[in-house]
Amino acid sequence: MNITATLIGQMLVFMVLVWFVKGVMWEPMLAAMNARKERIADGLAAAEKGLQDEELAREKALEELNKAKTEAAEIIAQAQKRASEIVEEAKGAATEEAGRVKAAADAEIEQEVTRAREGLRAQVATLAVSGAEKILGREIDAKAHAKALDDLAAQI
Amino acid sequence: MSGFEPAISNPVEYIQHHLTNLSLGGKPESIADFSVIHLDVMIVSIVLAGIFAYFAKKIGSNIDPDNPGPIQNAAEMVVEFVDQQVQDIFPSADKMVGPVAITLFVWIIMMNAMDLIPVDLIPGLVAGVYGLFGGDPHHAYFKVVPTTNLDTTFGLALSVFVLIIYYNIKSKGLGGWLKGFFFHPFVAQGTGGKIALAVPNLLMTLIEEIAKPVSLGLRLFGNMFAGELLFLLIALMAFSVWAMPGQVILGSMWAIFHILVITLQAFVFMLLTIVYLSLASQTHDDH
Repeated sequence: MNITATLIGQMLVFMVLVWFVKGVMWEPMLAAMNARKERIADGLAAAEKGLQDEELAREKALEELNKAKTEAAEIIAQAQKRASEIVEEAKGAATEEAGRVKAAADAEIEQEVTRAREGLRAQVATLAVSGAEKILGREIDAKAHAKALDDLAAQI
Repeated sequence: MSGFEPAISNPVEYIQHHLTNLSLGGKPESIADFSVIHLDVMIVSIVLAGIFAYFAKKIGSNIDPDNPGPIQNAAEMVVEFVDQQVQDIFPSADKMVGPVAITLFVWIIMMNAMDLIPVDLIPGLVAGVYGLFGGDPHHAYFKVVPTTNLDTTFGLALSVFVLIIYYNIKSKGLGGWLKGFFFHPFVAQGTGGKIALAVPNLLMTLIEEIAKPVSLGLRLFGNMFAGELLFLLIALMAFSVWAMPGQVILGSMWAIFHILVITLQAFVFMLLTIVYLSLASQTHDDH
């Protein structure tokens, strides 16, 4: 067993091999493995966070739902109140209107009665004059007796 | 392949043949002969490094973070495993430690796994090719497992040793690192005691530091060499027909057991490297 120049050759081969393996495999592979490790950790953390977020979202949704329910109940109560108010208002307005229509009708009736009475009165005066003419057998000057006739008509 | 003689004709020669490297520059003359280079070790280890680099490139440029394919999954498993070891042992590691660890782990596994190829297959092919070109097959040597060679294991161990020194100087400074040789492991209170203990401390720390690469290199070499030798001894059982079942059974058992050794030795080498680099990065205050 002897030491020969092969020793130096083997040392050179070893050095070159270490340098080569370091560059082409060791470093890229460790980098890839570390990157993967990080990504897995990140993914797990994200999943954990997602679960928490989901829990939070569910609570929030429940809260919103309860709020909406309360609001809806309030709105319904207000609507009912408003509806009864409207009904009351309408009732009042209708009563008023009816009163007004009745008053107008009464006034018209009154007017008609007055007008009829006036007409009648005028006719009565004419009839009275013509009746008196017949009785007296002569023509009465309506102008001359206008005052007497008006008094008569007013008494009717 | 006719130039082949059965292995059993001469067991000693068979084993010696299998333990001889295909070398450029003849046989090594002394314990450290830098005029020789083992071609088979270089070829096999560079081919395996190339396969590793090819798959690293292929996987690295097709990373799909969301939908990893089977190859990417397998690679991620290895990367994550090595990265976990680095994180556990050396939490303050810089960007160099991980790639060094994974390269050691995968490349050593691949080189060790050459042990599982039948011991005569590739040497036989090489001898056949050598014979076709008119050479003597008896002189066609090819040692397939790079980690059964001290050059490979010490090449890796020395690279780690260089890194240990680098991390020592980086964390303590050159002065701080050298000071550590004189004041550890024995700690004295007075000045006289410090001077008296300086030499034993220096010896102890030197041994401690040098033992690291030596043990790394020898442990891997010893395990793989022993495994290889055992495969060769089992292969020798093919000396007669009635011994064949024994060879098959023993060979299979040893191969299955050796899968454990292959991965375990690669893992131990990687783990000790991380530990040594982690120790080197500690300042003296950490003790």
